Parts: sequence; structure tokens; C-alpha cells
Amino acid sequence: MARNRRKDMGDKHSRYAVCLENVNKQYEDGIPALVDINLKINPGEFVFIVGESGCGKSTLIRLLLRELTATSGKVYVNGYDLNKMKHRVIPKFRRGIGVVFQDFRLLKDRTVYENVAFAQRVVQKKESEIRKNVPSMLGIVGLASKYNSKPTHLSGGEQQRTALARALINKPSILLADEPTGNLDPRNSEEIMTLLEKINENGTTIVVVTHDVQIVNAMHKRVITLKQGTIVSDEIEGGYNK
Amino acid sequence: MNLRTFFYTLGQGIKNIFKNGWFTIASLATISACLFVFGTFFLVAVNLDHIVKTAEQGVSITVFFDEGLPDEKIKEIGDLIAMRSEVSKVEFISADQAWEDFSKELGENAEGFTENPLENCANYQIYLRDVSLQSRLVNYLENVEGIRKVNKSDITANTLAGVNMIIAYVSIGMIGILLAVSIFLISNTVTIGISMRQEEIKIMKYIGATDFFVRSPYVIECIIIGLVGSLIPLAVLFYGYNFALEFIEDKFFFIRDIVACIPVFDVFKYLAPISIIIGVGIGFFGSFFTVRKHLKV
Repeated sequence: MARNRRKDMGDKHSRYAVCLENVNKQYEDGIPALVDINLKINPGEFVFIVGESGCGKSTLIRLLLRELTATSGKVYVNGYDLNKMKHRVIPKFRRGIGVVFQDFRLLKDRTVYENVAFAQRVVQKKESEIRKNVPSMLGIVGLASKYNSKPTHLSGGEQQRTALARALINKPSILLADEPTGNLDPRNSEEIMTLLEKINENGTTIVVVTHDVQIVNAMHKRVITLKQGTIVSDEIEGGYNK
Repeated sequence: MNLRTFFYTLGQGIKNIFKNGWFTIASLATISACLFVFGTFFLVAVNLDHIVKTAEQGVSITVFFDEGLPDEKIKEIGDLIAMRSEVSKVEFISADQAWEDFSKELGENAEGFTENPLENCANYQIYLRDVSLQSRLVNYLENVEGIRKVNKSDITANTLAGVNMIIAYVSIGMIGILLAVSIFLISNTVTIGISMRQEEIKIMKYIGATDFFVRSPYVIECIIIGLVGSLIPLAVLFYGYNFALEFIEDKFFFIRDIVACIPVFDVFKYLAPISIIIGVGIGFFGSFFTVRKHLKV
């Protein structure tokens, strides 16, 4: 297994959680979504990627998830060279990455417990371990009492916490969050961000795509600003002005 | 795949059947309806074929021998005929037997004969495997030394051969069309049902589920639906056919010899596996390829 992993790793890139070199992404309609992106994110960093709608933020997340491949340039995540990655390796790669979306993307016909447990079943955890891990994770995100509820009976904040619990249950080294507060009120947004900060303190790299000015400016984290597919600023403890 | 994953995916597949109630009902209805129509036509076709084949078996050629032909030579001719590929059965009717049979038909009119008037009418009754081969066999028989006369019925043979051919072509054509329509309708239902759940498939892929893990519950669900969907029309047809046979036997016993239907188990030993293979096969391949389309996430 170690040998296979090394095969995908570029040595100099393996020390970064995320490493993009001269990345371009053009969709089939010819419109460039990302232009010459160079970006390095260290393990354990908390990074905001901000910009107006259509600036390429979501394309970037989809590249990091290996849902899309770059038209040119190199993309390394967790040491994997995503351009050379074979289809059968993608599931293993994704198990090292947690992901949350603006629209939560929960399995609507399953309970909170089942949604979180599903991520553990995917990695073939024993049922006894699942029974121990899931309630513990639901406790961390403050949903212990809602374990038997269906997503449709939860508030937006609770649904996002469930998605977060599912993303974190397998202890990923990177968490990608695509507009995680986009559908939440300010109070719930703040709670989710506090949770993300706590997760980051435990060593997980957090990459949050957002255009929520208040949250970005309140947290004083690294901020990368995209405009028309290009990085226009990259600031440690930065801010965001629309 | 370990045992835990196997039972999990099996359980999910079974749960899906109840969870997606409308998809299950729609798929079951489509599969059952298609296979019912297919099965009905299959039963009609094989029975028609059987009736014609039975009628064909009754068609025979009679050959008479030259006067005074020794018994050894007659036996030799009989052996030669029996060896022919067109022949299914050869029966020797002696002159005495021929007269005995004929005198029964004559009744009182046969009284008064002191000698056998059919002294030179010993013959072979030859039954064919396939009536369309009658002319070939007749050509051969007419050239066999020791055979005086060959009696045959061209009209019966030609009519039966023609009917048989029509039934064969129509059956193959109809079964082919019904099969194609069934495959199209059933696979469409499966495709639509699974495409409605593509968001679910996407979520599983984001979490890091392998293609196998994502696909298995859908494939299991569709195989079970395909199996049940094929068993329902088979059960209906089995009891319906059995009832029809008993009804014909009971009410139409006078046509029993003409309308010789195939016994229920003899038909279903072919129809049952064909229907189950279609149902399960379309369930498997339909779901397998439909899910594959949505796995490229």
C-alpha cells in the first residue's frame, strides 16, 4: 500500500496538503474557469478562498476533489498527483478528504445516524466501531439527541452539522467546505465556523470557499481572493472586501 | 469484498425495494406485463406447433410389393426403409392383417369371402419425421426393386408442411418482437428509476465509496425486482394454462385427438427459465449500465 501511495506522490509536493502549479481549467464551451493558478497550502492551515460568483471557486474545489481534472498544470492533494490518478484510486483518495456543501447533500431517506455511519461503512469499519464512533462524533457537532431524525426534519444548521459529522468521521487530513454557510442564518453560520476552527486546532487542514464577508473578516485567517479565474491576492490573516 | 460489506449491500438492496415503492411497483408491473404477453404467445405458439407436429405424425406412405416377392426380400426392403433419415417408424401389415382390418370396416359385407381378397396387399406403413421430406422419400421408394406401388397424400403433406413453416416463422418473428419490446420497456423503467437517484449516487462517490459499493445495492434491488416480476406472470400462466387444459379435457373431449396440447410441465420447463433469465438478466444489466453512467463523479 505504501509503495502504491509513493507512486502517486511527487516528493517535493508531498509536504503540502494542497499544491497547484500553473493550473488552467477550461470547460468544453471554451470559457476559462481557472487561469494559471499557483497555490500551496500547508498541512494544518485554515484557508478561505473568496471571490464573486463565477470567479472559479467551486471549480477549484471540484479540482481538489478530483471531480474535474485540470486542462493543464499539476494538482497535488495529500501527495496524490490528481492528473495521473486512475479511476479506481479515487475512492481511496477521497477517504482522506472530508467535504461539505452549501446544500448539505445528505441522504434524505436515512437518519442522521445512518448518514454519518454510511461514511464509516464505505471504509468497511466494523459495526461495533461504528456504534462507538458515530454517537461520539454526533456529540462533537452537538447533534447527539437528533441521531434518529431524518434530514428533512432538521434545520439548515443541523443539516450542515450532520454533513460536517459525516465529513469528519473518518478523520480526514483535509476538509473542503464549499459555501458551508450559504444556506444558514448568521447565528448558525457562526456556530459552524466555530466548529471548523475547533477541528482545525486538532490539525485538520481546512479550505473554505465562501463569499461571506463578515465571516472571513471576523476570523483573521489566510485569505486567497480569486477574480475571473485568477488569484489576485493571497494574504496571511487577510480580509475580504467585495 | 468482505462478508460484512456483502451483507450490508444485500440489506441495502432489499431495503431499497420497499423504500422506493413507486419504482418497485412500476418496474414489477412493466416486467410482469411484458413477460405475461411473451409467455402467453409462447404457450400459443408451442401448442400450435405441437398440434401440427402431431398431425404430421399421422401422415404415412404405404408401399406394396411385387407379386410373389419372398419374405426375406420384403424384410430387406423394410430394413432399408427404416434406415432412411426421413423415416420415424415403419409398420409391416401382412395380407391377413390388411384383410382383418378391412373386413371390420366392411362389417356384414365381408361375410362370404372364403379366400383373402387382399392376398397381394401386404405393405409397409411408413411414418415420417417431417412431412416436408415426403417427396424425397417417395422418389427413393419408387426406385427400390421389389416395390410395386407407393401410396401417398400430397395435399395433406404439403398443407401440413406449409402450416408448420408459417407457424415457425410467425412464432420466431412475434417472440423476437415481444422480446425486444420487453427488453426496451423493462430497461427503460430501470433506467428512469435509477436516474432519479443520481444525486444519492453522487453523494456516495464524494464520501469515497467504490463503484462496487455504490452499484451493488441497485443491482441487487433490480435483480430481485426482475426475479419477482418474472415469477408473477409465470404463476398466473401456470394456473391459467392448467385450467385451460382441464377445461378442454372436460368440455371439449371430442377434439382431444385433434387439439393435442402439451402437458403443463413440458411447456414450463422451457418457459420458466426463459422468463426468469429475461427478468433477472434485464434487471442486472439494466441497473449495472445505468448506474455506471452516474459513477463518473
